[in-house]
Amino acid sequence: MERLEESPLAAWRRHLAQGKLAYQVSPDGEPVFFPRVMAPRTGATGLQWRISEGLGTVYSTTVVYRRDEAPLNVALIEMDEGFRLMSRVEGMDAEAVRIGLRVRVTVRDADGDAPYPVFEALEDQSPTAGKGAA
Amino acid sequence: MTTMTLKRGGAAVVGVAESDLGQVAPHMTPIDLMAQATVRALDDCGLSLADVDGVFAATAQARFAPMMLTEYLGINPTYIDGTQIGGSSFMAHLAHAAMALQAGLCKVALIAYGSTQRSVSRALASPPDYNPYEHPYRPFLPASAYALSAARHMHQYGTTREQLAEVAVAARLWAQKNPLAWDRGPLTIQDVLAARMVSAPLGVRDCCLSLDGGGAMIVTTAERARDLPRPPVYALGMGEAVGHGSISNMPDLTTTAAAVSGPRAFAMAGLGPKDVQVLSLYDAFTICPILFLEDLGFCAKGEGGPFVAGGAIAPGGKLAVNTNGGGLSYCHPGMYGLLGMIECVRQVRGEAGERQIAGCDVALAHGNGGVLSSQCTAIFGSQAAL
Repeated sequence: MERLEESPLAAWRRHLAQGKLAYQVSPDGEPVFFPRVMAPRTGATGLQWRISEGLGTVYSTTVVYRRDEAPLNVALIEMDEGFRLMSRVEGMDAEAVRIGLRVRVTVRDADGDAPYPVFEALEDQSPTAGKGAA
Repeated sequence: MTTMTLKRGGAAVVGVAESDLGQVAPHMTPIDLMAQATVRALDDCGLSLADVDGVFAATAQARFAPMMLTEYLGINPTYIDGTQIGGSSFMAHLAHAAMALQAGLCKVALIAYGSTQRSVSRALASPPDYNPYEHPYRPFLPASAYALSAARHMHQYGTTREQLAEVAVAARLWAQKNPLAWDRGPLTIQDVLAARMVSAPLGVRDCCLSLDGGGAMIVTTAERARDLPRPPVYALGMGEAVGHGSISNMPDLTTTAAAVSGPRAFAMAGLGPKDVQVLSLYDAFTICPILFLEDLGFCAKGEGGPFVAGGAIAPGGKLAVNTNGGGLSYCHPGMYGLLGMIECVRQVRGEAGERQIAGCDVALAHGNGGVLSSQCTAIFGSQAAL
């Protein structure tokens, strides 16, 4: 048996450090996320890494209200390639994020911590956008 | 080769009890509460500690709960089970106890739970596992997970916050009939809607209580149960199912694995939803009973909101749900499932006092663990339902 030299999480973060949202594909073509050492259901090994185009849709969304903090968006994003992940939508009011919103990934560098993907709306969602003509 | 199936009604609940609930005495431990409830449950059925030879226990505060409880009780069980699938653990314990009893691996099973979540704080009682794929986004777990499910249910089926609030108000009205319930004050739909938001669309009144508490249940064979003072409450059907671990990986946020555990339990019991008079549905958040009513077959998928509207699951409504006041208003120590089962047993025995449902021969307790992850269903019946 060949010893695994890089964990699935480390490989995923290595891609993120290069600005890429990676996911895996099983031998039968199923997208796999979160990253694993084997494919769910079949147990097949030899998962291949793919780079997402970075486009997705908000599958569900919530706003977390903590004392003395701004409202924080937490969302589940369904990627066009057919996998889903938790993230947040930035660049707009947390409470304005809606299910069905089209979003694009961007990689956030945490201070001294591992990089992680967040999303921004494809269309301008700022409060004044699109209201000029009204 | 022969296969052995679990015998319908082969095991019976003979004793039940809560430990102290709410805010317990300073420095009580979860195992203190398990032991206290154990003695009370044994008193309830006229058995003694020496009779107990099967120990089933779980709590978020002791990784090795059956070990610590066995030590505390000073007994030498022949069968041990520490299945830990959150609030659904105890329905699984009941199923596993029935198997062990049927196989002759033990004769009297104790199922126990204890938590000092209020005394020590939720953060200490139940620290979440680290998930590198969710951690950066700081979801307020478990509430945010249930909020994501509720938001999706609202989007997909038009469920409203008012309908969610109906669940909280119904629980409060039942709690007003339960002297042991923590929150018995008035509560209106408007109060629920106006309450501080926690994780949208769930406000603080959509969220269960965070209290101390525990319970114990004594289970033995149907044969032995008939020689004991209380009317046996038979374990007619049990079903267990796990759908996912983290909310990110729940395939459909509007359908839980109760859609699997429920039919399994009903198939074993030879019963259907129309045969059930009382339900205990784990109400960690107001969305939960709505999901479980749908998934267990009490209404169609997506119709849970309209189903609970107009006081339909409150006292005097069309279906008696969480007659003890549930985790929302009676007691929620973190893994509520055992308390829901205890209420079902009391209803089948006819001992539920002011909240007793007349002619309750079949009651269903549904447990939920994790973030809608693990779903276990147990159906209890009287002698008449056997």
